[in-house]
Amino acid sequence: MTKQRTLERVIIVGGAAAGLSAAESLRKHGHQGEIVVVGDEHGERCDRPPLSKQVLSGQWESGRAILMAPARIDKINAVMHAGRAQRLDVAGHKVELADGTILDYDAAVVATGVRPRTLAGQAISGVHVLRTLADSVALRRSLGGGRRLVVVGGGFLGLEVAATARKLGCEVVVVEPVPVPLASRLGSTVAEQLLAEHAKHGVEIRCGVGAEEVLTTEAPSGRMVSGIRTTAGDVLAADTVLVAIGSVPNVEWLAGSGIDTADGVLCDPYCQAGSDVWAAGDIARWHHTGLGRSVRLEHRLNATEQGQAVGRNIISDSPVAFTPTPFFWTDHYDVKIQLAGVVPENAVERTELDEGGSLIRSFTQDGRLLGVVGWNAAKALIPYRRQLQASLVPA
Amino acid sequence: MKILVDVDNCIASGACVLECPEVFDQDDDGLVLLRTEQPAPEHHEAVRSAAAACPAAVIQIEE
Repeated sequence: MTKQRTLERVIIVGGAAAGLSAAESLRKHGHQGEIVVVGDEHGERCDRPPLSKQVLSGQWESGRAILMAPARIDKINAVMHAGRAQRLDVAGHKVELADGTILDYDAAVVATGVRPRTLAGQAISGVHVLRTLADSVALRRSLGGGRRLVVVGGGFLGLEVAATARKLGCEVVVVEPVPVPLASRLGSTVAEQLLAEHAKHGVEIRCGVGAEEVLTTEAPSGRMVSGIRTTAGDVLAADTVLVAIGSVPNVEWLAGSGIDTADGVLCDPYCQAGSDVWAAGDIARWHHTGLGRSVRLEHRLNATEQGQAVGRNIISDSPVAFTPTPFFWTDHYDVKIQLAGVVPENAVERTELDEGGSLIRSFTQDGRLLGVVGWNAAKALIPYRRQLQASLVPA
Repeated sequence: MKILVDVDNCIASGACVLECPEVFDQDDDGLVLLRTEQPAPEHHEAVRSAAAACPAAVIQIEE
């Protein structure tokens, strides 16, 4: 059994997937002191992947997309403090909250995640982002038969919403500046196949085109969106616009703390960002010794795994470098795409399986397997994921 | 130990299979299939890890 540190209080700033996972892991590894989870979504925390799919479509009522069952959360025995942190005093071991509360800590975890990037003119009725449960419910209300949705951004989120909206009977147009959306994330074969799948379902995807301006009209209820003027110069009429152009790490509250926040919170291989400060989840940029570089993953599974690693590393006197095999999935219509590892630029792509509607492509660089993508091949992908896990163990 | 899985919420991440293939399997759609509802003691720790790892929180354990 590893020797454990005795800590009186651990503060976790951010109470979603990574934060809760870290809290649970602290208990699992023997932490008996206080855990305070500071968060601003305590009443509405949710599992986010369903927000663009089952919750958005209405197939699931919103309460079903949970992170952990209430009994499981209660078992952690953490103090859930509703609020936002506004300052971190690393040397002083204090977190200052927006409501003026100052909390001392022995160890702190930064798990404040990311927020959607916005367009100029975002705060217009009918223009949406999608991150929280409230966002999903609001977006759902403005989709439906015959309504015209323009999605700005053809990444995972934008395309998943396009698929869901199409199933709800919307006319959907996606604008995306890159020539083949998601080619750098899925490899060109699967990315092109995904484009074709959307086209087959009647989603219009305008590649090489961005949003120049959000256009509005005056309605009885006030100013509302009427369309998007594209960088190609034409106007796309819209009843509803979803802005899905990426995310911004919530690091502003760390200003002045001395923590490197150039792209999320910079951490060492153990996910440590500073003296007694750790980070986990979408916000953490840590040195992955298996990949030989720093990475920041906005993947649902990583939030859980990294939270678990941080909980362990805080308590243990023999911390373990965090070297997960990155993994994410994305679902569109009847298609489940899963990617394990990474897709490096100039990777050698190879088909490993292509039968019965299942496709698996591998990505190698200098003879080393670095990534594998599956299209409706969840079970068949498992042996490749194991191989990848072995391949990513640092030499 | 008794395991319950909520297949309806499973998103086919395979995290459980990777953690404990002796107890967890997947069907052709990738959805979780339990090999046994009452795993042998030598698998209990791995089963607990699998339940904690599941990103959709579909594995419940009764100890």
